[in-house]
Amino acid sequence: MGIPVGGKNIFPSNIQGQPTWYFLRASAKGNTGFCYEADVTVAFNGQTIEEDHLATPGGGFFIFDESKIKSLKKREDVHYITVPIQDLVTQATSQVKLKKYLTNMIYVGILAEFLGLDGRVLETTIDEFLKSRTGILEINKKAVELGRSFVRNHPVQKIFPCRVSPLNENKGKILIDGNSAAALGLLVGGATFASWYPITPSTSLVESFEKYCHEYRKSADGKNNFAVVQAEDELSSICMVLGAGWNGARAFTATSGPGLSLMQEAAGYAYYAEIPSVVWDVQRAGPSTGMPTRTAQSDITSAHLSSHGDTRHPVLLPGDPFECYEFAQQALDLAEDLQTIVYVLSDLDIGMNIWRTDDFKYPEKPFHRGKVLSKEDLDRKSLSGKPYFRYADNDGDGIAYRALPGTRHPDAAYLTRGSGHNSKGLYTERSAEFMEVVDRLHKKWESAKKMVPQSICSESGNEIGIIHYGSTVEIVNEAKEILKEKGLACDSLRIRAIPFDEEIREFIFRKRAVYVLDLNQNGQIFELLKARFPECWTQMNSVRHYSGMPVQAAELAREVQNRERPDADRNKAGDL
Amino acid sequence: MKSTNLTRNDYTGGKSTLCTGCGHDQITNHIIAAFFDSGIDPFDVIKVSGIGCSSKLPGYFLSKSQGINSMHGRMAPVATGAQLVNDKMTYIGISGDGDTASIGLGGFAHLVRRNLNIVYVVANNGVYGLTKGQLSPTADQGTLTSTGRENLFQDIDLCSLAIDLNCSFVARAFSSNSKQVVNLLKAAILHPGTAVIDIISPCITFNNHHGSTKSYEYVKEHNLTLQDLSCSPLRDANENGIGAAVEADNSVQALELSDGSKLLLRDVAPLSHDIRDRIAAMKVIYETKDRGEIPTGLFYVNSGRDHFAQALNLPDVPLSQLTETDLRPSATEFQNILRNFI
Repeated sequence: MGIPVGGKNIFPSNIQGQPTWYFLRASAKGNTGFCYEADVTVAFNGQTIEEDHLATPGGGFFIFDESKIKSLKKREDVHYITVPIQDLVTQATSQVKLKKYLTNMIYVGILAEFLGLDGRVLETTIDEFLKSRTGILEINKKAVELGRSFVRNHPVQKIFPCRVSPLNENKGKILIDGNSAAALGLLVGGATFASWYPITPSTSLVESFEKYCHEYRKSADGKNNFAVVQAEDELSSICMVLGAGWNGARAFTATSGPGLSLMQEAAGYAYYAEIPSVVWDVQRAGPSTGMPTRTAQSDITSAHLSSHGDTRHPVLLPGDPFECYEFAQQALDLAEDLQTIVYVLSDLDIGMNIWRTDDFKYPEKPFHRGKVLSKEDLDRKSLSGKPYFRYADNDGDGIAYRALPGTRHPDAAYLTRGSGHNSKGLYTERSAEFMEVVDRLHKKWESAKKMVPQSICSESGNEIGIIHYGSTVEIVNEAKEILKEKGLACDSLRIRAIPFDEEIREFIFRKRAVYVLDLNQNGQIFELLKARFPECWTQMNSVRHYSGMPVQAAELAREVQNRERPDADRNKAGDL
Repeated sequence: MKSTNLTRNDYTGGKSTLCTGCGHDQITNHIIAAFFDSGIDPFDVIKVSGIGCSSKLPGYFLSKSQGINSMHGRMAPVATGAQLVNDKMTYIGISGDGDTASIGLGGFAHLVRRNLNIVYVVANNGVYGLTKGQLSPTADQGTLTSTGRENLFQDIDLCSLAIDLNCSFVARAFSSNSKQVVNLLKAAILHPGTAVIDIISPCITFNNHHGSTKSYEYVKEHNLTLQDLSCSPLRDANENGIGAAVEADNSVQALELSDGSKLLLRDVAPLSHDIRDRIAAMKVIYETKDRGEIPTGLFYVNSGRDHFAQALNLPDVPLSQLTETDLRPSATEFQNILRNFI
């Protein structure tokens, strides 16, 4: 129908029996970010019905099954629709095992009727949804109709404020979750090897990748042009990726916080031995096991500075599924261009929720395979007559050449090692030789600044700015609208990678005050920015949200407002 | 690819920095000999190791082969990733007893379980050399450290563990027995699947004293050689009728290798067992251990298993060499995928 929608699935770290919420937001303006205050609540969870009732905003509609609760203390400011769900579902079917599923469809019918949804649209949707299960098609339609007719002429219908009508807002848009999007990006980006250990919320990424590979990665003779290995732990999954990357493949692993911690030693190895590899971290709320099914942006520092010794790694920060798709391809390219480990930090909100996002483009450009020397290159001494040494800086950009294992040339071989090595790759404990290599790594880091996705600035000369990254795209846009209405027009800048680009510094300098939004308690990007741009720390303020839920536009707007006008009526001080 | 115009020098490596008299240097020489004899071009070999004295070995042989001296305990997963993306190369992994039986035990078990196509050499001396003589998990119960402390714990026997995991080739050898080690290595190189060779290789500095069960003297005294080994190319078998002779002699077992040559095993110990009988192999290990003996030779072979790359149905062209054409779905297929998200 062309109406912008966004969905947030709030689910427990449990398989059966715990409450789950699904927030669906539709907005003609296109604001589809998380909003906790629901105009209409279908109280499906018996265990939390009182809680959900209290959370209903004034003027809201509360639809519930009276048999789920003996006595609900009704409020003056809420409209109630009580549904005799047992009666209705019994009318729909006598099959016990279908009853639970048909309950859903009765509520679908009720909502469709209140919203004035065209019956044909709903019918087509059900046909499409159940096209492979035609045996239960009619019974589902019957349940929808039972729901519709139950509330047809319901007194609430007259005051129900929401109606849907077709728009044309979704042209060139798709609805997709970030993990599927990443899997698609890795597919078209040419990843041939994945090793992983199951962990929420990253699991569906590798499972989607493997599914796509089975469908679209078969050779003419039926062989698999990919290998996916479920490893024994994350120590092994990252080490398999390093083995594959070292041997010339485009390889990745996907994980979340606890797995990221286990991969630390290998991260340092990849950095120092310069092995292309990609780690996709779908962040969840920590520390420790934390809340595996809740969202956060709390692995920024641990990914960026992963491992002991002097290490640092490029980190890509996709803002939505579209960028998951794009950055997956770019991460594979960057890993080979820079010959290092590259992290992509998505989060549970992007990874597992369905987002309305721009249509994906079919890739036209070839893969970047980086500075790889073939036997022929070595034969004709292509490095301007200079000999090939694995860790030498021939081009002055800090990026060395490599000859892959299997290159049949006497100069190709070297022994890759994590111990001290010189520019020839030979073991060394000599300070000057050691420093030559680590100083080149520093130069490579400088080169990386121009190669990673640059920040995106949305500016119209305001003196206040919001700096943010990752899953907060929609929220910041909406918060800016709210703030503008309150006379606090803001500009914004979205960081898309570490190392930080220079535009960030310029943006901060142009502002009187900048609010840096982090979905973590430590203010991780804020702290990294302070360290990187100490000359402009006085303008920078940290706004931190770490409840495990996505941040809401209203929360961000309120916090900026409180800081800008400390004397006005404050809702709450400090962190969100 | 077999090459005939290579000399032994083409298989050597850098100068060893290990202690004079280290068993590991013997292993280096055996590896050089085995690869030279096999005629495999060093350009077709990949060397992988972990961390420790053992894991320095890839620097000392086959300097024309690429290698990766990885992290402590991580030889197995690094080799797994490398092997799967280019299974046309020959892989030799060098690890130690600490690297494999302690920090890397999980990776070892899972590599064996998956039957990765690799020669997995454990240079086993029962101690951590680079940190000066702490016991490793393969040290026998009751053995004494160089400072006179007694080992309280049961050892981990990597061979019986590998057999339990149905490893497709399991052998133990003594580094001083060049004929044994070289023949086992040659057979292991040609074996399709995981070939574990646990080579007892005394540490001259920290574990060669009286009271150690991994000293040269102790191992020589307690070694029980199970078979007299020789590798026979197929053409000899045909021309000289060795194959027929073997069939007739039931004290000789023959293991046919992937290039058509054979490993011949003539029983020498009082115990003889069928190398394809897993339970018999376990019995040999358990019974000899109870008598305080150290059995060496080929314990077990299972040639019927697919190796990991085969099980994953990998293509003839290595994954690392596939291009955009092989790896990207067509534009039409891509649009079909997206249709699910509209």
